[in-house]
Amino acid sequence: MMNAPTSAAATSPAPTSRGDAIGAFLEQDYAAGFVTTLETDTVPKGLSEDVIRMISARKGEPEWLLDWRLEAYRHWLTMRPPKWAAVEFPAIDFQDIVYYSAPKSKKDGPKSLDEVDPELLRTFEKLGVPLHERARLAGVAVDAVFDSVSVATTFKKELGAHGVIFCSFSEAVKEHPELVRQYLGTVVPPGDNFYAALNSAVFSDGSFVFIPKGVKCPMELSTYFRINARDTGQFERTLIIAEEGASVSYLEGCTAPMRDENQLHAAVVELIALADAKIKYSTVQNWYPGDKDGKGGIYNFVTKRGDCRGARSHISWTQVETGSAITWKYPSVILRGDSSVGDFHSVALTNNLQQADTGTKMIHMGRNTRSTILSKGISAGRGSNTFRGLVKVTPKAEGARNYTQCDSLLIGDRCAAHTFPTIEVRHPTAHVEHEATTSRIGEDQLFYAMQRGISAEDAVSMIVNGFCREVFKELPMEFAVEAQKLLGVSLEGSVG
Amino acid sequence: MLKINNLHAAIDGKDILKGLDLEVADGEVHAIMGPNGSGKSTLAQVLAGRETFTVTDGSVDWDGTDLLALPAEERARAGLFLAFQYPVEIPGVSNAYFLKAAVNAVRRHRGLPEYDAMDFLARVKAEMKAVGMKEEFLYRSVNEGFSGGEKKRNEVLQMALLEPRLAVLDETDSGLDIDALKIVAEGVNRLRSPERSMIVITHYQRLLDYIVPDKVHVLSQGRIVRSGGRELALELEEHGYGWIDAAQSGKAGGASAGARP
Repeated sequence: MMNAPTSAAATSPAPTSRGDAIGAFLEQDYAAGFVTTLETDTVPKGLSEDVIRMISARKGEPEWLLDWRLEAYRHWLTMRPPKWAAVEFPAIDFQDIVYYSAPKSKKDGPKSLDEVDPELLRTFEKLGVPLHERARLAGVAVDAVFDSVSVATTFKKELGAHGVIFCSFSEAVKEHPELVRQYLGTVVPPGDNFYAALNSAVFSDGSFVFIPKGVKCPMELSTYFRINARDTGQFERTLIIAEEGASVSYLEGCTAPMRDENQLHAAVVELIALADAKIKYSTVQNWYPGDKDGKGGIYNFVTKRGDCRGARSHISWTQVETGSAITWKYPSVILRGDSSVGDFHSVALTNNLQQADTGTKMIHMGRNTRSTILSKGISAGRGSNTFRGLVKVTPKAEGARNYTQCDSLLIGDRCAAHTFPTIEVRHPTAHVEHEATTSRIGEDQLFYAMQRGISAEDAVSMIVNGFCREVFKELPMEFAVEAQKLLGVSLEGSVG
Repeated sequence: MLKINNLHAAIDGKDILKGLDLEVADGEVHAIMGPNGSGKSTLAQVLAGRETFTVTDGSVDWDGTDLLALPAEERARAGLFLAFQYPVEIPGVSNAYFLKAAVNAVRRHRGLPEYDAMDFLARVKAEMKAVGMKEEFLYRSVNEGFSGGEKKRNEVLQMALLEPRLAVLDETDSGLDIDALKIVAEGVNRLRSPERSMIVITHYQRLLDYIVPDKVHVLSQGRIVRSGGRELALELEEHGYGWIDAAQSGKAGGASAGARP
């Protein structure tokens, strides 16, 4: 038996940055920062069993789910917020948050898009997510979540023909309670951690995906999350199940208005892959990051975990994290099935006063399981970027293999990058590799590009995109393009 | 016409160029030779607009434009090209993407239509053939893992694509074996034209066997100390640089030759 945890930290400031060229680059406008004015159905601020009962009643939930929530809440009351992450923020007053806010126009949810408030449709259109028939994104089915509820899901009928269920979580509770009950909380138990427990108590909506045995989902599925209301937290829950031999590619995107106060987003995502199933989960996260002085922005405290439950199953996480004031997020894979495969590909960018503590856990339990971790952290401004990873090979995981590559790129002289990899190996046949680099955008690289006539902005964007290329190529095509643009915008003004 | 007048430049408070004068007429090829630390590379970098150097005095007039007032990318777009002594690697950025971005930035500036992907590929493949580069180099990251010779060929390729009015070649011969040197020199000679001036910086005479200059200048301790024709290079080959340094040390007040930039 062998146990070899390692931990390393590196903080290296970049040299004095170039003149206006790099300087003009990091300032940016957050294009998704507008507010939609709507009448809302909102529960009073604060958290109590009554509030949870109110949320559950609003959604017409069965008794078992209310009990599940209340149990999670009681457990949460005994827990304390985690302190180990390399992020700093004032204590959150959990009684000062609104836990449920929904656009008023709907009671049981609109039966069709015609019943959706046009203002909502306009909001999503403005965000580049048209929901109405004629402008829908080709080949991508979208579930649009606005504050606490799902407002529309496209292509449901087409997907239904293949036996694929793609709907809001609330709808799944009503229409497919047996599936929800069978799988909910089996990957992230209600008491897993402080924020997961909170989510389990108050979650309001989210997406539900079920791909039946042997079905390859005929189109990309995606959920677009939008926080709009003031003082409101968003607590969505996503549950994706791929039965034996099924496969699906799923993408989520997120934005929020620019507000001076911080807003909490505490989601839980559970993925379950049975034998020979494949789930590819991609995130382009662009929550409002706060302003240049660190005022406002979303606290993104999210628990994402996949369970490779069956043999030869494959779960792949790809994330591009450019938004949020604080990110606390570790999409993980439990490699339970023999020969199962887990991947984590991540680009995390912090600018101004953003803080990100992100990474992954790969838990090898089955025989001949394989995992790959590829993390690219970019720090600019006074941003702080931390990679935190755990690779664990349990005593029965014969022949486990992991490859980890963890690269940090620094822009400017006031940012920081940290790496905390932990490796725990309890089987002698394990093969675990870890590579890490820290570099900075070189003045020489910039000068070289500019000497060829390329502007400083384009040069930085090119260099950063080059740095991230291995991750971007894991994204579905159209989202890769969006991610590249987003990275350019998020870095604007960082050159300086 | 390029007119450099009394140019002084420093890095980290250390003076490197100390009153350099040079005139290069259109279509001429000038060689600048000199010992290590004489300021050859500094001259190249200052002309190209590298901000790590501070110009402390003097002027550079380029066809009536104050060259020193322009930022680096504008000098490039206006037709100044620097072939780097140490070409820089940009991981993850394909050579094709980089070259196309550069060529189109320059074409935009000159009021020419930008190349689309097909036009660009046709053009770049033809130029690559001429400098003896395999097509696979288009799809590799800029200079990453290139050998010394491949990097220098990539510089000549970029020069051909960008069609500069003034090309500065900074020790393009360094680190090349004789075959690579010939190929690079052929590439340069092909680009000689009445509208294009070149400044060829080299430590060794041997490059000038292949790129025959109109004028040769000797740089020592930050100034041009001798100018002449082709024969001056041969003279240097025979006697080395020692005699120049010795002759200069009195005049320059015993200032050290300075660190290489």
